[in-house]
Amino acid sequence: MSNETEMTSFAFTPENLDLAKKIIAKYPAGKQQSAVMPLLDLAQRQVGWTSIAVIEYIAQMLDMAPIRVQEVVTFYTMYNQRPVGKYHVQVCTNICCLLRGSDGVGETAKQVLGVEWGETSPDGQFTLSEVECLGACVNAPMMQVNDDYYEDLTPDSTKAVLEALKRGETPAVGPQNGRQFSAPEGGPTSLTELTFGTEKA
Amino acid sequence: MMLRDQDRIFTNLYGIHDWGLKGARARGDWDGTKAILEKGREAIIEEVKNSGLRGRGGAGFSTGMKWSFMPKAAGPRPHFLVINADEGEPGTCKDREIMRFDPHKLVEGALIASFAVGANAAYIYIRGEFILEAKHLQAAIDQAYEAGLIGKNACGSGFDFDLYVHRGAGAYVCGEESALIESLEGKKGQPRLKPPFPAGVGLYGCPTTVNNVESIAVVPTIMRRSAAWFAGIGRPKNSGTKLFCISGHVNKPCNVEEEMGIPFRELVEKHCGGIRGGWDNLLAVIPGGCSTPVLTKEICETVLMDFDGLREAGSGLGTAAVIVMDKSTDLVRAITRLSRFYKHESCGQCTPCREGTGWMWRMMERLNKGEATIEEIDMLQEITKQVEGHTICALGDAAAWPIQGLIRHFRPLIEAKIKARASSAA
Repeated sequence: MSNETEMTSFAFTPENLDLAKKIIAKYPAGKQQSAVMPLLDLAQRQVGWTSIAVIEYIAQMLDMAPIRVQEVVTFYTMYNQRPVGKYHVQVCTNICCLLRGSDGVGETAKQVLGVEWGETSPDGQFTLSEVECLGACVNAPMMQVNDDYYEDLTPDSTKAVLEALKRGETPAVGPQNGRQFSAPEGGPTSLTELTFGTEKA
Repeated sequence: MMLRDQDRIFTNLYGIHDWGLKGARARGDWDGTKAILEKGREAIIEEVKNSGLRGRGGAGFSTGMKWSFMPKAAGPRPHFLVINADEGEPGTCKDREIMRFDPHKLVEGALIASFAVGANAAYIYIRGEFILEAKHLQAAIDQAYEAGLIGKNACGSGFDFDLYVHRGAGAYVCGEESALIESLEGKKGQPRLKPPFPAGVGLYGCPTTVNNVESIAVVPTIMRRSAAWFAGIGRPKNSGTKLFCISGHVNKPCNVEEEMGIPFRELVEKHCGGIRGGWDNLLAVIPGGCSTPVLTKEICETVLMDFDGLREAGSGLGTAAVIVMDKSTDLVRAITRLSRFYKHESCGQCTPCREGTGWMWRMMERLNKGEATIEEIDMLQEITKQVEGHTICALGDAAAWPIQGLIRHFRPLIEAKIKARASSAA
């Protein structure tokens, strides 16, 4: 794995610099520090993690002490303080997922990816993390891969999703058991009498 | 009696319909918004007070009352509305559905609420992992700007209103309103001492109201259908409809909008296909998100799912995230997992919480493995009492209560683990 000292400099791409200016403009004049979280996110989307170079660049942009930016980076879990794989697989093991079988999801992910919690596969493709509640509890167990939620998982569907990613495919996101989002499996028990003409095909 | 579909507010809860402006309008959103604003600030606050709406984020404080704490006249400092979309209480996944499938209800509610508290700008603080939800929300906001519903002269009312989405980055404690404000200011999300309350000194030191997503999203419908309509659903002081998130060991976990005060048993039998393995297979229920104390099956036979019903049962409605556990559950392990969660999420500011959550977790691990003595159960109870009530925010209490509930109702399960370990060693 590449180490923390590898990134010696950082700058936003011209497109991201434009975006950064728009983000800063969302906050009142003089309150540009409010943009620190979205800018860290933007930088992470550009280079994959929030290195010291990123921290110093954003501190300068927002007129903050670098230590204040570093505090933010270390306080929030979504900032990667070291590089992660192309796919960051985050498995929820909190109570609702635990009750519905996250042990099996976690074990399957470890097996399929050949890594333990917190590790990155030797080819740099996958990082596996155990995470806290991701707020999809009635669709438990679930995992997040980069920006996407995969829900209502079983060991088999976990394997299928990860194998598809390995092949470079983009598996369908959301419930993996054919459910209509958070409706009861087999069909809604409410909202059945209403029609608006806006139903999706 | 079951809530009728005509009285349901979140008519696109399951994402069956178009969530964009066209679909939202077909479902009745943005209908007569200008006329609502023309009633004036005081009348809107009065109507929301009269509806009996209590905050849907967990604390259950009167929403209209909260708005009335904001300064009446515009002072030198601007006012802000901040919408708490940092949904992270384990078990809770309702605001997510509002934001991805009914975002216009939130945008319209944000306009009406901001007008009522005299705020020309509002921020929606959404948890960082909800990326799709933030996209839908931003798209809805863009549509509303484009249609003149928000922005300069919103809905032709003469009121200027800007609405922004701010994404968090993974910190449970930011669901606490003053931590959320700190985070929105670009700092670590550590709760502030109160007083001063946000209505006096909030975002950027300005008067600020912080409301949960669901609280704000129901406001337009209340204003259109009247306070009397909303107050007529549920029980006195516990009025209205509520999104319930039922997870765990039911046959069909789901989100559903139901009448406040619906009996627990009716809720799970009507919408969730009952308890896995039948009613008699029920072991325990956490009724309002992981911070509310666990209930036994006996209590669940009759308990009513609203603020007062669950308070009388020794627990709370919280976010109405109902976590059901059947007899296959290793309850000691489940609570141990929650203890680990609180240890992970403690912000580290208050010593009793920073140290106490670690102690409680390590002791729960010992009890879970049975590697403890019976006396340690009492020692753990004592530690929970040293954390509870001794911290700036409620995270310390939230870490203590699940353990206290476990010891109160299920002590024999803990003792059984210790005895089993001792006898296998002997």
